[in-house]
Amino acid sequence: MNELAKHVMEDIAPDFSRNVKKGDIIVAGRNFGCGSSREQAPRALKAAGVSAVIAKSYARIFYRSSFNIGLPLLECDTDWMKAGDELTLDLDKGEIVDQRTGKTVKSAPIPKTMQTLLADGGLIPHLKKHGGFALE
Amino acid sequence: MGKTIAEKVLSSHSGSDCAAGDIVIASVDFAMSQDGTSTMMIRELQELGSEGPKTKRGMAIVIDHNSPCPSVEVAKIHKMIRDYARAKSLPIHDVGEGVCHQVVPESGKALPGDLVVGADSHTCTYGALNACSTGLGSADVAAAAFTGKLWFKVPETFLINVEGGFVPRVGAKDLALRVIGSLTADGATYKSIEFSGEAINSMTMDGRFTVANMSVEMGAKFCPFAFDKTTADWLTSRGISTGISVSSDFDCKYEKDFDFDASDLVPIVSKPHAVDNITDATDLRDVPIQQAFLGTCTNGRLSDLHAAAEILKGKHVKKGVRFIVAPASRTIYLEAMEKGIVSELLKAGASFVAPGCGPCVGTHAGIPSDGDNVISTANRNFKGRMGNNKDVGIYLASPETVAASALTGNITDPREV
Repeated sequence: MNELAKHVMEDIAPDFSRNVKKGDIIVAGRNFGCGSSREQAPRALKAAGVSAVIAKSYARIFYRSSFNIGLPLLECDTDWMKAGDELTLDLDKGEIVDQRTGKTVKSAPIPKTMQTLLADGGLIPHLKKHGGFALE
Repeated sequence: MGKTIAEKVLSSHSGSDCAAGDIVIASVDFAMSQDGTSTMMIRELQELGSEGPKTKRGMAIVIDHNSPCPSVEVAKIHKMIRDYARAKSLPIHDVGEGVCHQVVPESGKALPGDLVVGADSHTCTYGALNACSTGLGSADVAAAAFTGKLWFKVPETFLINVEGGFVPRVGAKDLALRVIGSLTADGATYKSIEFSGEAINSMTMDGRFTVANMSVEMGAKFCPFAFDKTTADWLTSRGISTGISVSSDFDCKYEKDFDFDASDLVPIVSKPHAVDNITDATDLRDVPIQQAFLGTCTNGRLSDLHAAAEILKGKHVKKGVRFIVAPASRTIYLEAMEKGIVSELLKAGASFVAPGCGPCVGTHAGIPSDGDNVISTANRNFKGRMGNNKDVGIYLASPETVAASALTGNITDPREV
């Protein structure tokens, strides 16, 4: 996974893996994660240091897989965000605060199911902890 | 209020009366993974201490993405998969049996009315058999195998009605590309899609597999077709059970509906580097191609090979065009041999590769060179899809258009040859 992490996003941002720092947030447009079913996609982003993704929308499999491996995703308009902005995310409230301007934006709420998975560290840890599904 | 197929299947599998928007935990009938996704899934199953799949009809692993094995590194992965499958008595479809989305239906493990998951995005293909079937990441498939269940958000449903009849040399692939071009690559994300109308009723199972397969290219979660005599005949002629078929209620709620007319359709081509970037084949007659590929889980079935052979019979592909064919399964390969289709394609200059994914996934069996244009019957044309070389233009089209283009060396409307 560390080898894959060196190549994440290289097609659209060749320097991405060199510049990404732990805790960074990816801000994206529509249908982020479109493509195959490979769980390697969110795992590589997480291994590269990405702590969350904010996009206008996601491809379905990527969306599930990200929560399954403990990478939170928020969904909202992202046009106003700029590279280098410092954002604080409140996943419970679905709130994004721009530290520079103080602007606060509500994202679509993360469904309870995914919040439970995130709190347990992902799907596999969730199943290990409870011996099966313990979602409402 | 009546229910859609997705609402009915998720209700029956969750023991609840659910509707679009609900989140349910549903029992899963069958799970599948392939050699590109199995390593991670097996690690996850090992971490969970799985003793074997709890899904109703178990699970299967298909070695199709790198098959036969192209490298020492992949050979290690294949060995790990085979060792695990043997230890847990999991059925494995090994090298040469075919691509997962043909092998699974042929094996009778995905049936009408089923809820099926697979660690491959084109698992939606089994929708052709009236199943609710979807591609997921490895962790989800491991969870389904480990618990026999999985959480699902009940999707809203789009109805796509297709009236009229196809003109000759235009068919299911052209319809799929036209619909995707119209709805766009994320136009049906999270949705279940039901098709209806005269053109769908008269469509062969091969055509329905093609359309269901492509539904994920507009983001769809499920694509369950109605069960009819065509479905029943396909199953019973293979000695497979007809399952417990499900139909949508006349008063169910469709979030949106769309109308298309098959008789208006012409051969469609999807241009690099997005599936919804479509145009008419005739607009691309100045585009030369160096490789033509006939095969994949979209269009590697008997009627696809037959349609290409009809165009190429007694002719030869243009000098300088590499024409690669990968039948979707060994069964199809044999049928094509017995019908003389294989010899017609060979005489026309085809290179046959083993049943499986072939060059579609860019790991082996025909990686194009930089600067090449490829016309392919596959379902994706993303940059780097057929290999890590980025300067390749992949054009997606029907078997007929691929055959006609191989013949002339330029992208060609198959009605012009």
